[in-house]
Amino acid sequence: MQQTKQILVIGNGMVGHHFVDQLRAKDPLAQITVLCGEAQLAYDRVHLSGYFSGTSAEQLALTTEEAYQAANIQYRLNCWVEQINREQQLVVTSHGGQFYYDELVLATGSYAFVPPIPGNDQPHCLVYRTLQDLDAIAQSAAVSKVGVVIGGGLLGLEAANALKQLGLQTHVVEFAPQLMAVQLDQAGGQMLSQKITELGVQVHIGKATQAIVAGAECRYQLQFADGESLETDLVLFSAGIRPYDQLARSCGLAVGDRGGIVVNDLCQTSDPHIYAIGECALWQQKIFGLVAPGYQMARVVVSQLTAGELSFTGADMSTKLKLLGVEVGSIGDAHARTPGALSYVFTDPRAKVYKKMVVSKDGKRLLGAVLVGDTSNYDSLLQYALNDMLLPKQPEQLVLPAASGTPLAALTLPNSATICSCHNVAKGDIVAAMDSGCCDLAGIKSCTKASTGCGGCTALLKSVVDDELESRGVEVKNHLCEHFEYSRQELLHLVQVGGIKTFSELLSRHGQGLGCDICKPTVGSILASSWNDYVLKKPHVGLQDTNDTFLANMQKDGSYSVVPRIAGGEITAEKLLVIGQVALDFNLYTKITGGQRIDLFGARLEQLPAIWQRLVDAGFETGHAYGKSLRTVKSCVGSTWCRYGVQDSVGQAIAIENRYKGLRAPHKIKMAVSGCTRECAEAQSKDIGIIATENGWNLYVCGNGGMRPRHADLFATDLDTDTLIRYIDRILMLYIRTADRLQRTSVWMEKLDGGLDYLRKVIIDDELGIATELENQMAALVHTYACEWKATLQDPQALKRFRQFVNSPDADENIVFVEERSQIRPATADEKRQWLQQIPITQLSEAELPVNALAEEK
Amino acid sequence: MAWTDICAFEDLVENSGICALLNGQQVAVFLLAHSDEPQIYAVGNYDPLGKANVLSRGILGSVGEQIVVASPLYKQHFSLTTGQCLEQPDVVIPVYRVKLQQGRVWLNAGQQNQQASAA
Ligand SMILES: Cc1cc2nc3c(=O)[nH]c(=O)nc-3n(C[C@H](O)[C@H](O)[C@H](O)COP(=O)(O)OP(=O)(O)OC[C@H]3O[C@@H](n4cnc5c(N)ncnc54)[C@H](O)[C@@H]3O)c2cc1C
Ligand code: SF4
Ligand code: FES
Repeated sequence: MQQTKQILVIGNGMVGHHFVDQLRAKDPLAQITVLCGEAQLAYDRVHLSGYFSGTSAEQLALTTEEAYQAANIQYRLNCWVEQINREQQLVVTSHGGQFYYDELVLATGSYAFVPPIPGNDQPHCLVYRTLQDLDAIAQSAAVSKVGVVIGGGLLGLEAANALKQLGLQTHVVEFAPQLMAVQLDQAGGQMLSQKITELGVQVHIGKATQAIVAGAECRYQLQFADGESLETDLVLFSAGIRPYDQLARSCGLAVGDRGGIVVNDLCQTSDPHIYAIGECALWQQKIFGLVAPGYQMARVVVSQLTAGELSFTGADMSTKLKLLGVEVGSIGDAHARTPGALSYVFTDPRAKVYKKMVVSKDGKRLLGAVLVGDTSNYDSLLQYALNDMLLPKQPEQLVLPAASGTPLAALTLPNSATICSCHNVAKGDIVAAMDSGCCDLAGIKSCTKASTGCGGCTALLKSVVDDELESRGVEVKNHLCEHFEYSRQELLHLVQVGGIKTFSELLSRHGQGLGCDICKPTVGSILASSWNDYVLKKPHVGLQDTNDTFLANMQKDGSYSVVPRIAGGEITAEKLLVIGQVALDFNLYTKITGGQRIDLFGARLEQLPAIWQRLVDAGFETGHAYGKSLRTVKSCVGSTWCRYGVQDSVGQAIAIENRYKGLRAPHKIKMAVSGCTRECAEAQSKDIGIIATENGWNLYVCGNGGMRPRHADLFATDLDTDTLIRYIDRILMLYIRTADRLQRTSVWMEKLDGGLDYLRKVIIDDELGIATELENQMAALVHTYACEWKATLQDPQALKRFRQFVNSPDADENIVFVEERSQIRPATADEKRQWLQQIPITQLSEAELPVNALAEEK
Repeated sequence: MAWTDICAFEDLVENSGICALLNGQQVAVFLLAHSDEPQIYAVGNYDPLGKANVLSRGILGSVGEQIVVASPLYKQHFSLTTGQCLEQPDVVIPVYRVKLQQGRVWLNAGQQNQQASAA
């Protein structure tokens, strides 16, 4: 009978204890005996370093003798097993004691490997594995000044931190050419070295220690293969771990070539009555040096012994930790060894952040990641990797600094996603706990145990809980308007990918209702920047704001202003005369704008075509003052006239204005070109600012004047004109593609994850591989440019709209002007009252039923 | 109660508005054609909040179930069926009856004017 089976466990480390704990929970009657090699029952080795910062041995303990007694678990402390007798199913301890078993579980863990260096056995040469080790280190440190850790892996750095905390001058000596070679790639390792050096730990890389001899100034001297040496009082070995497999070896169980007790998916060794779990077990040639896989193995064996069906399927070796205060994370295929794998790399050399994301060849799955200096994206990335989730369209967003925050929405995780691997808690378990009434983090922790192991999942757990709470409470909408549940960027994508050419099509395929004054102009602009159709083409007419519809700017009284393009602010006397004459003939108010052109106010709707006919005939084009599009490229007079100028700023401004005129964008775009650093054109307050240098042009981006001034960022220096134009092409197109509705470039930049550095990477380094595409799109738009006024004047259908009344040639009598400073201005309400009979203002009226006019006709 | 012939159906602009003069009053006439059953609506052209004759140049759309035009000046929404301003329900613009006959658009002002002057 199962209940009477004698279950014997060797080793009471973290995994051995977990096994005992779980088995007892599943089977209250099992006879369990634990032989424990150390002086105390299991303690939290993962947080061992806490011992140096005040956590006591009691606090580290995972259990107590009382608890074991209460659970009816037999245990022996300081009880080292020497031998296993498989025939008689018994083990023999160093004291000669014998313990019989029906099922034997080896949870012997591993020990610190001490490299065979002459002199490695001296009194102050220590390791970092057990509480006893830590006591020894503390004692030694008390009489030492300098400490060296040999081994720059994960544990070595943790040990270095301990030495530093103990007040020693600390060095790390690593044989490999980088730190943490297992988890990090070279660049990540380098960044880590830098950070750690900054924190006052000296890093010696690529050093093979050959001997430890007596020192001159310190107790010892390390002698390196390259002839150099390093003096130290204390040597701490952290050169890897070796599984405790001697027991298994000597009783003939299969062990790996390089150590480890071979187990199958059920964690059985080559003897079906002997199991091995934790750090001593070798599964598919792998030893898992982490606690979570060990816990999984423990659960597998418990399941075996209680007629369950769990099996071990491997474990994720991803890690996130803080080493010497530096956040480090490693996920999956950190070295991009998968064939065809692609890497996205983000480096912030100032903050010393390095992030690398390894994705599959098709860019759809996350294979691995390296994070140094900032592990805030770790949880999201890990979930993508573990759940094999489809990456977002722009996966790089995941590693860019979270300015606007793009952490993986916990809501999108499947219920099966493991949130806490230590305690094997899936998202579904958390949701279930919340369903049954737990509604805060503390409650969920205590009822699911999530986040009570290594603690690595705390942030993720919180976001799952938060998201879940949110979805149960108020709904947050981030879509454009009630008609489209998409952002502008998503809509643009839908339009371009779906080849959608009209608003109706987009609405019927992806929206609801009839649209509104928010989505219609937005979609109109998207369609224009995608296909560059004439904006007054029939299907687009109803989409435009009145300004776009009538290609003029409506003023407060319903009249319009007219702004012809004056590229670069350069205008001939003849053209000035034309403008003057037009203003006189139509009695318009004229004003010079901040963008170096002339605005003509007070045109009635029905006058617009006649005015424009005159302007177009004289060679003017529309200035797009009404559109969310390029306004002006302001310029100073530049080298042609100015004695300081170093380049022809006017020529450049005209060329640029002509290139981008008509370009529809999420918001208006302003540019300027200055002929030298004196910056008379105020380029640094523009979306695109260009300042001439001796060698070319400096490009500034994303500046703004107006309500929210922002100084532009210097994007690139000394560009030749070709490169300058290519960069501007790319930047503008990227802006058009990704910005929100009515988002100026300044705000766009501030919201852009990764900011300026990111923009440089995309535009200059072409890290997304889209530069050519952006240029091509821009080229297509530039190529298809046509002056909208010219087109309108040739289109009788469009011209029909430019009349106040469909059934009368009368003018709107509510538009009244009076004279001021020798020009017109709109009359005030009082003034109008004197001139006009009052316009009737309607009071509350009964609702009228709409008439389906077409139906009536039938 | 008289019906007035305003214009041809072709003079209307799909999903947009035009303005007609009806007994000295400015009327905005809209053709809504997103669905299979196009609808014509007529309301006053005067925006009482922006104090200008501009509603025919506003953008058509829907807010929930309401079919509305947004004023091009300050973007308030007016219901095309009740004339009520959604942002300021005490402000109401006139609504006119409209019909289509032999391809011509007709407006009826009578009822509306009576109410406006009666109040
Ligand atoms: C400083 C430090 C930091 C770590 N940080 C992390 C971390 O952040 N995350 C993480 O996942 N992992 C971490 N680890 C690793 C983690 O502690 C181990 O993976 C885990 O403890 C393995 O558990 P185990 O039970 O298999 O082995 P152990 O905890 O080593 O337990 C094995 C026990 O068996 C005993 N034993 C061995 N042979 C015999 C014998 N013949 N007879 C009797 N008893 C015997 C040993 O004395 C020991 O007590 C860290 C380890 C260290 C040392
Ligand atoms: S920016 Fe330089 S070149 Fe241009 S006007 Fe000023 S001083 Fe002259
Ligand atoms: S993953 Fe370790 S506590 Fe949750």
